[in-house]
Amino acid sequence: MLGYLIRRILAAIPVMGVVALFVFLLLRLTPGDPAAILAGDNATPEQLDRIRTSLGLNEPIYIQFYTWVAKLLHGDLGVSLISNKPILEMIGPRLEPSISVALATIILSILVAVPLGVIAAWKHGTWIDRCVMGLSVLGFSVPVFVIGYVLIQVFAIDLRWVPVQGFKSISAGFGPFFERIILPTCTLSFIYVALIARMTRASMLDVLGEDYVRTARAKGIGETGVLLRHALRNAAVPVITVIGSGFALLISGVVVTESVFNLPGIGRLTVDAVLARDYPVIQAMILLTSGIYVGVNLLIDVAYTLLDPRIRY
Amino acid sequence: MTATNSSNVILDINNLVVGLGRKADAHRIIDYLSLQVHEGETLCLVGESGSGKSVTSLTVMGLQQKGMLVPSGGSVKLVGEELLTASDRRLRQLRATRMAMIFQEPMTALNPVVPVGRQIDEVLRAHTDLDARARRQKILAMMEHVRLPDVQRIFSSYPHRLSGGQRQRIMIAMALVLEPKLLIADEPTTALDVTTQKQILALIRDLQRDHGTAVLFITHDMGVVAEIADRVAVMRHGRLVEAGPLQDVLRTPKMEYTRNLLSAVPSLVPRAPRPETTEPVVLEANELSKVYRERSLYGKAREVAAASNVTLTLRKGRTLGIVGESGSGKSTVARCIVRLIDPTSGGVRLAGREISDLSRRLLQPHRQKIQIIFQDPYRSLNPRVTVGESIAEGPINYGMPRKDALARARELLELVHLPPDAISRYPHQFSGGQRQRIAIARALALDPDVLVADEAVSALDVSVQAQVLDLLDEIQRRLGIALLFITHDLRVAAQICDDVAVMQHGRVVEQGPAAEVLTNPQQAYTRALLDAAPGRGWDFANFRPVSEGVVATA
Amino acid sequence: MAIETLPESTIPVTRPFRVKFGFLTSTPIIAVATICLALIILMAIFAPLLAPHDPLLLTPSQRLKPSSAQYLLGTDAYGRDLLSRIIYGARISLVIGLGAAVCSIGVGLLIGLVAGFFRWVDAVLMRIMDGLMAIPAILLAIAVVSLSGASIWTVMVAITIPEIPRVARLVRSVVLTAREEPYVEAAISLGSSLPKIMWRHLMPNTIAPLIVQGTYVCASGILTEAILSFLGAGISPETPTWGNIMAEGRAFFQVKPSLIFWPGLLLSIAILSINLIGDAARDALDPRMKQREGK
Repeated sequence: MLGYLIRRILAAIPVMGVVALFVFLLLRLTPGDPAAILAGDNATPEQLDRIRTSLGLNEPIYIQFYTWVAKLLHGDLGVSLISNKPILEMIGPRLEPSISVALATIILSILVAVPLGVIAAWKHGTWIDRCVMGLSVLGFSVPVFVIGYVLIQVFAIDLRWVPVQGFKSISAGFGPFFERIILPTCTLSFIYVALIARMTRASMLDVLGEDYVRTARAKGIGETGVLLRHALRNAAVPVITVIGSGFALLISGVVVTESVFNLPGIGRLTVDAVLARDYPVIQAMILLTSGIYVGVNLLIDVAYTLLDPRIRY
Repeated sequence: MTATNSSNVILDINNLVVGLGRKADAHRIIDYLSLQVHEGETLCLVGESGSGKSVTSLTVMGLQQKGMLVPSGGSVKLVGEELLTASDRRLRQLRATRMAMIFQEPMTALNPVVPVGRQIDEVLRAHTDLDARARRQKILAMMEHVRLPDVQRIFSSYPHRLSGGQRQRIMIAMALVLEPKLLIADEPTTALDVTTQKQILALIRDLQRDHGTAVLFITHDMGVVAEIADRVAVMRHGRLVEAGPLQDVLRTPKMEYTRNLLSAVPSLVPRAPRPETTEPVVLEANELSKVYRERSLYGKAREVAAASNVTLTLRKGRTLGIVGESGSGKSTVARCIVRLIDPTSGGVRLAGREISDLSRRLLQPHRQKIQIIFQDPYRSLNPRVTVGESIAEGPINYGMPRKDALARARELLELVHLPPDAISRYPHQFSGGQRQRIAIARALALDPDVLVADEAVSALDVSVQAQVLDLLDEIQRRLGIALLFITHDLRVAAQICDDVAVMQHGRVVEQGPAAEVLTNPQQAYTRALLDAAPGRGWDFANFRPVSEGVVATA
Repeated sequence: MAIETLPESTIPVTRPFRVKFGFLTSTPIIAVATICLALIILMAIFAPLLAPHDPLLLTPSQRLKPSSAQYLLGTDAYGRDLLSRIIYGARISLVIGLGAAVCSIGVGLLIGLVAGFFRWVDAVLMRIMDGLMAIPAILLAIAVVSLSGASIWTVMVAITIPEIPRVARLVRSVVLTAREEPYVEAAISLGSSLPKIMWRHLMPNTIAPLIVQGTYVCASGILTEAILSFLGAGISPETPTWGNIMAEGRAFFQVKPSLIFWPGLLLSIAILSINLIGDAARDALDPRMKQREGK
């Protein structure tokens, strides 16, 4: 088990290496002077110089990469070009809204999507199945921000059940916190529910055609037992996989949702950095989110071994 | 045994009709089928693929695909109780308590993520009020009863830790733990090696005798029938062709179809040996070995020798068989010889030229001298390429103009007894046997010296198998081609090979003329293989036991 | 299979690279989706004829007007005709969607074929693809656009890059499966060259899954473009795209929700239609899926 974990962690290292290299090269390989790109058209020579020294752009490119990675490994994400603050300090207070919404979305989505997928597969070909599939295509197709604005219009403006926008920390009480993250969570859940429900259904359909499901039926156990004890457990691996790979989608969704609902999270931080061309922050945010993605998928690799005894450690 | 005691009918199928779909004019998969299985009796339901024998068994259990296969007439009674009109709830109650079923593929029939003990336990929890301790006692006793070793350990093992034979024993334990009146066995030994098959057949036989279970045994293999049946029912196209006691059906089949079916079963007695030849050697394998290394990121590499030091010689116009059970390395040897995989060490000489160490590029001119046909006729032809293009592909690769190559394809189709208009059709328009003929034509298009047949008739029904074997024989006589024939089926080997090599665990354990190896084996393993061949006492094609035949010819 | 007679029926001949498009009308819902998409495509092509006003024309006196006979859907914050801007917006969306699909499939197919066939580059290529997949698509896209300037080309590139790994992995897995097929091994022993095996025996297997994947990439490309514009990191704001219209509408959401509603509706219909067609294509073309339905 430990060996398996170590192997998975070792396998994650080159992936993060590729991410780091890509992020690093993105600025350097863009045609034109990187400093000029970042400073904009009206920059003074002093501004350009400051950017060059701050990013080490005067050094040979491999030394730049080396020093950058060395700093990263010491936990130094760099300094913002705009506010001159260390990026790590900028991220800290922004984590709560993002993590709250992301976690709430995952929990809500799994609770809704897995039963939907199971029922759709069980009632394969009936109107229930078609409804679930229709809803899931809809979830894929309507842009997150459109869903967000429709929910705001209905629940915040027309019904006045919840505030329109903004965020309150959970330390200020659960009520205000809850009523401000419920809409973003629902918004974001649409696409995640669609994704998981679809995969659950497809995977269940596969498994329901397996010989051991027929064996289970031949034993004379009830449909619920067949569905839950035999089919769902076997169908779980692809579902867990899609929860992991869909995490990238979730992160993208968080970025958009935070803009719609005016949440002061890391998504907003990223968008603001992009609009201000604050490259060190962009760089750090991409690394951070990719790191989270890789970490989540590492956890999922571990979850496989708990679900399927055939996966060798 | 108690063949005609009509008072103890366990399963009574009467004029059963099963249609494909709900429509009244739907195609009938089962067409007015009637048969009975009595207490303590084994009825073998025999038929080729598509005969409806599996659908019959699934219909009895109520496990047929709902909405696709619809029983539309007749009755199925289990100890007097009608099953076709029974509620789902009632059917569930009856399963495992009155009727139970074991399936063909022990590899996939058990849930991979649940320990096998718990899978048996489910039966008890669903149908009895026993407490956990009593259930465990009962399960362990049952597992011992099906002769599983080390039952405490196996109880908590996952299926993938067990061998195919052990898994099938678990299935049998699961089916019989509540002592049902009827056991349906759907090709339960088809996926197993012959030695395991023999043990499982003996087990079913013994359990049935001890418990008086009625067994409906479905199989396509006449050898298995001869081993286990009390009575035989032959099916074709969903209809009953003929039914009767084993001896009657095997000795004096009344219907022509049954007679043909029996005649097509190759005899285990080797055919009369052909005279030794002094034709040139076309293929030699010298100390051929293939080692697979499984390297993990850390820890030591594991080496698996799929084949070690295999030495073979094949002369022009002769047939060399490589026989062995699954995992014996026979296919590995074939693929090394054709250079689909690269041997780890040893040599392959093709027409006197060493080819085992040639690079892909240098190998190219030699490839045409050796061709291969595969087991699965459904996957060995590209579904998107016409038959003609498939056959012409080889000659075109070696520089023949397209027009000539297609003309050659037409000739070859004639050689394999397919109509010339097959040339512009696609593989899906042909049956399995026809596809195998096309594959043979494609292999012959390059005029090879050696044709390697890797289980080439194993996926075919016995009557089709006989036709393809005849075709190979005819081609060999006409073209003087050498055949390397890989098979697990000793009957096939006995009928087509001049020489055989018996493989086990990657090694050749015995090698020599087929007539000697298969009648007077020197090695224990070969003897065990021959001994395990089902129906070895019967000479099906002559409708008599082998011993009578020997006496008659003596 | 026991009957060794040739079926006399003349089953229509199917060619290697031909794909039947009959699935487009297989169910009423798919038919409606096809019609919707066709209408949106026609709207994009004939935008100059259909649009009642110049989509770029600023009329400061007519800011945020409600629907009227002159402005059917009203005007935006700069007094531009909303309907005309929405009609022209279809052009950008479709071009970007189609472009992203074609580019990502082209590049992904190449990478996937190479990775599937040459083991020595497979590991390297797949690690690179893993790395690209780890970067959330939107972040990658906005970073690319913000650095290289917001033209339709950079947006297209930015949308294409994150889609490439998925296509490459798909092609690779198809190739890896197909090369184990006995008919490919037969071709090897028939002495067929590597390019011939790839073109004739492996490539055709990728066509159907790629068509399906292409529709999904197209839908996701349109979506990503809208999100980029919405976040302010897309094509320059005066260009009429559905995302830009909605981005401008954000500030006036409580005053005039139709600025978000109409382009959002059209965007959703377009993506929904493409996704539905993709699903239908998958059911019709992917034999594995067909098998699953048959069970």
